[in-house]
Amino acid sequence: MLDGNRRKFDHLPNRPGVGYKPQHYSDILENPGAVEWLEIHAENYMGDGGRPIAQLRYLAEQFPISVHGVGLSIGGERALDADHLARLKHLLSWLNPASFSEHLAWSTHGNHFLNDLLPLPYTDATLTRVADHISQVQEVVGRQLLLENPSTYLAFDASEMDEVEFLREVVARTGCGLLLDVNNVFVSATNQKTDPITYLNDFPMDAVGELHLGGHDKDTDDHGAPLLIDSHGCEVVDPVWALYAHTLDLAGARPTLIEWDTDVPDWATLAAQAGRADALLAKVAQ
Amino acid sequence: MSSEQGDFITALLDPDLTVPAGLSDPDGRPAGRRFSVYRNNVAVSLTEALKAAFPVICKLVGDEFFEAMAGVYLRAHPPKTPVLMFYGVDMPEFLAGFEPVAHLGYLPDIARLEFALRQSYHAADATPIDPEVLQNLPTDQLMGSTLQLAHSARLLQSEWPICALWLANTNDDAPKVQMQAQDVLITRPEFDPQPMLLGTGAAAFVEALGKGRNFGDALKTAGKGFDLSAALAILLTGGVITKISKGADT
Amino acid sequence: MSYQVKTLAVAGAVAAAMTAYATTGVHAQAKEKCFGVSLAGKNDCAAGPGTTCAGTSKVDYQGNAWTLVPAGSCASTDLPKMADGTARMGSLEALERDIPA
Repeated sequence: MLDGNRRKFDHLPNRPGVGYKPQHYSDILENPGAVEWLEIHAENYMGDGGRPIAQLRYLAEQFPISVHGVGLSIGGERALDADHLARLKHLLSWLNPASFSEHLAWSTHGNHFLNDLLPLPYTDATLTRVADHISQVQEVVGRQLLLENPSTYLAFDASEMDEVEFLREVVARTGCGLLLDVNNVFVSATNQKTDPITYLNDFPMDAVGELHLGGHDKDTDDHGAPLLIDSHGCEVVDPVWALYAHTLDLAGARPTLIEWDTDVPDWATLAAQAGRADALLAKVAQ
Repeated sequence: MSSEQGDFITALLDPDLTVPAGLSDPDGRPAGRRFSVYRNNVAVSLTEALKAAFPVICKLVGDEFFEAMAGVYLRAHPPKTPVLMFYGVDMPEFLAGFEPVAHLGYLPDIARLEFALRQSYHAADATPIDPEVLQNLPTDQLMGSTLQLAHSARLLQSEWPICALWLANTNDDAPKVQMQAQDVLITRPEFDPQPMLLGTGAAAFVEALGKGRNFGDALKTAGKGFDLSAALAILLTGGVITKISKGADT
Repeated sequence: MSYQVKTLAVAGAVAAAMTAYATTGVHAQAKEKCFGVSLAGKNDCAAGPGTTCAGTSKVDYQGNAWTLVPAGSCASTDLPKMADGTARMGSLEALERDIPA
């Protein structure tokens, strides 16, 4: 039976999903609403057993699962953590999820994991390192990785190309796919004073396997300029919904995740966000 | 060879250091508080991770103190892996050497208990034996048998009333804490770890079983005053015994 | 203690433990229900921290822990000191033991 389910769930549907939170376990099973799939953070399921693993095994029989890694440190200067890569391989092989994604960022240096998605200069050197690491990951886990565009708060003087150019080249070199986080596009464009529509129009939509939507906080920098922070702690704002609609016009329907990771709301509030995404998905070609 | 990411991390963890060169705002001015976003992301997320990891320590010392202490801890002991469920393994020793809590001698052992509860929560699953098997085993055979214990079982021995302190800070109607040394066996029936208070000799008994000594030897280790019935009840209700291997008749 | 007495005592202890086990009823829970959060929702404190891919707008104030005084429930937890007035020594060795070793 599990094999049958695994075949059934071999890809994410072009419908809404949500980031799975254990407090929503019963609600998801009883009243999924528009939610058709679930995303988990890989690192939270790297224990040996207990409730997290038992819940995930059961949910994976009911829903397609997307495994979203936050700790591989793809952009790290040093070699990837072999132990962590092995843990990831183990999770992906027993769970056999519908999708696997990671971030264009770094978080580990030497023996330190900083628990944040730290920024990278867009240079040839970074490109070579990121592409090598992605190729290594894809080889070890035996499946394609979707790479997510980051929220950025500052710029590197050393950058030689823009982010879309960088991502396009990573895809060309590694055959990876992309996870387009529309909120991150809005946050970064505001913070970097660039145009999010131009970013989306340039983005290689053919490579996009998944979209993310989430909420952000508003702050200001030293000079009073807006500084948005990717907090995943509130509803998706209207300008991001507008960019999402524009993305769907460009790309067609794609699996769309609502991310809400801090101040997690009740299920009805989260499911309503998924419902709003579903209404927009219904308007475009499947 | 200098490392850009090494410099970035050093500056992230020490707010007194200047922002690394080459980081700017969109108008080419120094990044300033834009860099602080990353500083806050790291410090705040790890502080919250430690609060989730040690809720009883946090309750004992209070939020304000805990957060300030977490700021010291996370800089001295950043996570070594991205598997944050086991962050804080160095907390007991850190607390033992942290001057402002030197008068709270029980804190390191409470931290050990909280860490062990997490280890238990995420430990591998195991199917407990049907207790009938134990009951039906002739005593002669039982004495020579070895018992396999679940990975989720964790034993702690303390000079302090750690079980009572833990209960007093997790349950509203817990009894007043009395000063006494306490031994605790964490059991995990199904999915929820429970610290179980052990009576005299029970820790030695369980430890001997865990080391693969046979039942009769473990019983001898437990010594005088040991209540075998109470200890077995904890092992059975906690689903701790996962296998009985019959040894030679004694 | 003679061997005969010991054997009887062990058999009695096993029987008593069986009675205690049978009256708890913990073994009768439905599996699927257990996957959800149970025991009054308190248990998942034991899950500990998880990862995040979100940032925060909260500011790390770098409070100076060396000048602060613990002010939680420890204030009302009155554990006696040793006869010489010093605080009781905490355990100096790692006492937690992994089972099986």
